[in-house]
Amino acid sequence: MANDRIKARKIRVLPGFKLTLGFTLFYLGLIVLIPLAAVFWKTSTLTWPQFWHTITMPTAMASYRLTFGASFFAALVNVIFGLVVAWVLVRYEFFGKKIVDALVDLPFALPTAVAGITLASVYSEHGWIGRLLVPLGIKVANTQLGIFIALTFIGLPFIVRTVQPILEDLDPELEEAASSLGANRWQVFTRVILPMLTPALLTGFALAFARALGEYGSVIFIAGNIPMKTQIVAILIMQELDMFDYPKATALAVVMLVVSFVLLLAINVLQWWTNRYNNTHLA
Amino acid sequence: MTPVATTFRAPHPVAHRHPVAEPPLVRRALIGIALVFLTLFLFLPLVFLFVQAFAKGFGFYFETLRDPNAWSAIKLTLTAAGIAVPLNCVFGVCAAWAIAKFDFYGKNVLLTLIDLPFSVSPVVAGLIYVLVFGAQGWMGLWLNADHPALPGLANWLNEHDFKIIFAVPGIVLATIFVTFPFVARELIPLMQAQGRSEEEAARVLGASGWQTFWRVTLPNIKWGLLYGVILCNARAMGEFGAVAVVSGRIRGQTNTMPLHIESLYDDYNFTGAFAVASLLALLAIVTLGLKTWVEHKNAVQHERAIIP
Repeated sequence: MANDRIKARKIRVLPGFKLTLGFTLFYLGLIVLIPLAAVFWKTSTLTWPQFWHTITMPTAMASYRLTFGASFFAALVNVIFGLVVAWVLVRYEFFGKKIVDALVDLPFALPTAVAGITLASVYSEHGWIGRLLVPLGIKVANTQLGIFIALTFIGLPFIVRTVQPILEDLDPELEEAASSLGANRWQVFTRVILPMLTPALLTGFALAFARALGEYGSVIFIAGNIPMKTQIVAILIMQELDMFDYPKATALAVVMLVVSFVLLLAINVLQWWTNRYNNTHLA
Repeated sequence: MTPVATTFRAPHPVAHRHPVAEPPLVRRALIGIALVFLTLFLFLPLVFLFVQAFAKGFGFYFETLRDPNAWSAIKLTLTAAGIAVPLNCVFGVCAAWAIAKFDFYGKNVLLTLIDLPFSVSPVVAGLIYVLVFGAQGWMGLWLNADHPALPGLANWLNEHDFKIIFAVPGIVLATIFVTFPFVARELIPLMQAQGRSEEEAARVLGASGWQTFWRVTLPNIKWGLLYGVILCNARAMGEFGAVAVVSGRIRGQTNTMPLHIESLYDDYNFTGAFAVASLLALLAIVTLGLKTWVEHKNAVQHERAIIP
């Protein structure tokens, strides 16, 4: 009891608790929570069968498949190449490393519309890279491959930036112990290093995947807008909005929101796992 | 001297390899793979962007930027960022102060809610404001019904043609939403790590609340704050999806820079689109440069704090 009272008094030494928490909750409610609640309010104007019909219409089903598929493969490719990039940046020295390290964040800093028109043009039939792909019979602009490329671009920093700090903190003694016990370099990598990086790789994957699911700006220019073929969910919602079909757009938005909330939860669990893993294994 | 030391001979330099390093060939191959990947996805597009921007010469470039529609887009982008960034900055400092310096129930829930805008698709972010403030939304219905609580307000707003959606206030709101967590999520872990003993010491020695904040807390968090502001500003000026939904894309009136780029691109004025895009790309490069510099400063400050 006495302890509790001392603790409570100690907290009160600093002022401003009510003011700052009050403002935080007010601003959060005004900007985020009330507007988000509007989505669920608007959906309630649809009956359940109407809602179900909207979110399972063929264009919607095609867009879910495309969005999830392209986001998944883009995140997967980023896990592989992101790991290589993080590895190279942490372990090796080469000319221009600092600049390369800084530029990895470019997809975070570059506005999505700018990334969108640039990728669409570079990979178009007359663009620097697209031109080289034409003789190979590969078309990027206005195809699902284009969407994959745009999503790979925006997801790249997530993996690199989650893996990099873990790789930096790895204790070299573990690797030395493994190799002194006779493991070759590949065995050390797959049996010692990779297991320690797994939580970070999964977190990075989930972050890149979540970001890709909602992406719009970098995709719209390279995807074209071909129904059933290159319409991701965000583009479909935008199309319904342009036709002022708010109930339809809202129903699709609810699907997106529920998916992103589930992913947010998964990411929180993953990050908690990563931290716990690091504390027990690397400390 | 022990016999071991005299008989010890360093291995031949060629044969020497650190036990936990890869063979040089593998090393070079990995560096090569990383650089090729980054070149295809990052460097080449970036160079391409600037080459395209100047494809029709400097004259055309500056003509595009001097166009009244471009100029109005630049001003609107600066306005939106100019309002959104300071507001989110105040919010970020308040939230970090409450969360890092005090204990209360539901802290983890609050942390998750603050991160929420990051996981919402930009298009959905725009949509929610249309649903609240649009003609078909909460406020639209409320204004048409002429709510009895405030009879004068609805008439006044209608008379003055005050609009939020398809107008500047909607753009500002959408920008605030998408940049909402940046400053807060930068400051919260930083201030949690710093604890509250320094502030408590200041208070015990007689400093007022404001003095404590300005003289103790702010110097400790200044680099973290600047870092958050830089990222927040970059996103605010570059936001496309959310702003596209609420703006209505009226040229010269509700087009921000990213929307103006889209308009030019849709008109097949590719060089013009890349000219405006080059300004935002420049902003991104400056952002990355500043970010690297602030990270360095922050690390130095932390080292100093740890050594004594």
